[in-house]
Amino acid sequence: MCGIVGLYLKNPALNCHLGALFEPMLLEMTQRGPDSTGFAIYRDPQPLGGVKIVLQNAAADFEWAEVAADLTRHFMADVGFRPIHTHCLLTLNADEAGVRRYLLRANAPYAVVSIGRHIEIYKEVGLPAAVASMFKLSAVQGSHAIGHTRMATESAVTTAGSHPFSTGSDLCLVHNGSLSNHNRLRRKLAKDGAVFRTENDSEVAAQYLDVQMRRGLSLEAALYAALKDLDGFFTFTIGTSDGFAVLRDPIACKPAVMAETPEWVAMASEYRALAKLPGVERARVWEPEPATVYVWEKGGQARAARAWLAQAS
Amino acid sequence: MDASGYVFDLTQHTVRELNQALHNLPEQGPPTAWKVLNPAGEHTVAVGINAPCTVEIAGHVGYYCAGMNKYATVTINGNASTGLAENMMSGVVRVRGNASQSAGATGRGGLLVIEGDASARCGISLKGLDIVVQGAVGHMSAFMAQRGRLVVCGDAGPALGDSLYEAQIYVRGSIADLGADCIEKELRTEHVEALEALLAAARIALPARQFRRYGSARKLYHFSVDHADAY
Repeated sequence: MCGIVGLYLKNPALNCHLGALFEPMLLEMTQRGPDSTGFAIYRDPQPLGGVKIVLQNAAADFEWAEVAADLTRHFMADVGFRPIHTHCLLTLNADEAGVRRYLLRANAPYAVVSIGRHIEIYKEVGLPAAVASMFKLSAVQGSHAIGHTRMATESAVTTAGSHPFSTGSDLCLVHNGSLSNHNRLRRKLAKDGAVFRTENDSEVAAQYLDVQMRRGLSLEAALYAALKDLDGFFTFTIGTSDGFAVLRDPIACKPAVMAETPEWVAMASEYRALAKLPGVERARVWEPEPATVYVWEKGGQARAARAWLAQAS
Repeated sequence: MDASGYVFDLTQHTVRELNQALHNLPEQGPPTAWKVLNPAGEHTVAVGINAPCTVEIAGHVGYYCAGMNKYATVTINGNASTGLAENMMSGVVRVRGNASQSAGATGRGGLLVIEGDASARCGISLKGLDIVVQGAVGHMSAFMAQRGRLVVCGDAGPALGDSLYEAQIYVRGSIADLGADCIEKELRTEHVEALEALLAAARIALPARQFRRYGSARKLYHFSVDHADAY
């Protein structure tokens, strides 16, 4: 099981309603994934040279001010921070690669949830309604959001094992399915420099995309490469700074449905998650084809490329 | 109940209440007319009907709509998710939009009409139901289909009719590829006549002669000693 939802608002006038439109989608997927819940929100882009970070520590009395002070000392930059439940959103002007290296160091007293200029990920163990309320999702504004409700199969039910998995700058991945070659792939990716934080198969997919894209592949090319290298069942939704992508494995046992109107484009595991969106009765609704990458980017239409046919032959 | 029959608004009632009301209909009773409003992608709408009635659903439905249907005519004015009319026994199920995967799976009798496209595994393990798809079907359609007919007016995806038993497949468009043991067969006069009747029942105005017929080569029925090396 597991439930996936994604919503991109084409009409910026709707941005102030992102959370109000997105939360019911996530909650509708409760039956598909009651173990843990997470979502990525794309909003308030930092200026070039700026970095936005979300960190997590479950301790109620954790001193986020000390983390901010530490980053200020280390990067000689003003650090803004805003604790939200078990997470903390921090912003600073610094080199992103350097920030990433520092935050991911061994024995850091927090988990790194997301890094980028646009992305904020919040995720926790618990029912979607509880997690959405923890992070006040309904009031969130922004351009797009990706969400996941987890029914755990491959690894423990923990905050770190919840989706979305951040994959490099402003990228995140949510997964419905299970990968069967993730252990072998994890060892290979670790040799290529990937730093793993969980035993989760979906994190392997996220790290795989990150490694491919650091090698210079586009997101689309990295996803087509994933069709060859990932063995198992998957529907992926990948959030990017200006849109999202969807990919299903060639067998396509895991469900997905997409819908588009002039105002928004959305995807979900099941249509019922889309049923409350405004204008859905006039939307173009379709099921993404197996082994086909769908990419939606700012200013464009959803497009599907059947390049895999050429690649496979 | 209004002049046109029973109206069930799923913003006012649960799917369980709707299905219970349909299950309460006597099997030999007079036909009744039902309208279902605001299905909003709910699962198991109008499942397990065992009485002559018509059910019109206004909108998209979730999984297993009209599953196990017997005698009833169920029309979906929208799209249907996974497992539409699964294991239907008799009657007619018609979806005006598209159907997701495994439409008509294991169906034993009656007629399923999909006016749009069907995705993967349409008619998987078919056991006697007739399925007519006005658009295309996805991969592995009619996988291990034993009895009944799958008629595809558009194109068929990869591995059509893989491991087929005695179901018959008719396709008008192109086929990505045929599955193991599925072969093209001659379209004889008796097939044309039977297909004409089936298309007429589905209310699809296409000449039966435009279709090609596919069936089982029956090579997988028995172990072939020539394949012993493969194990």
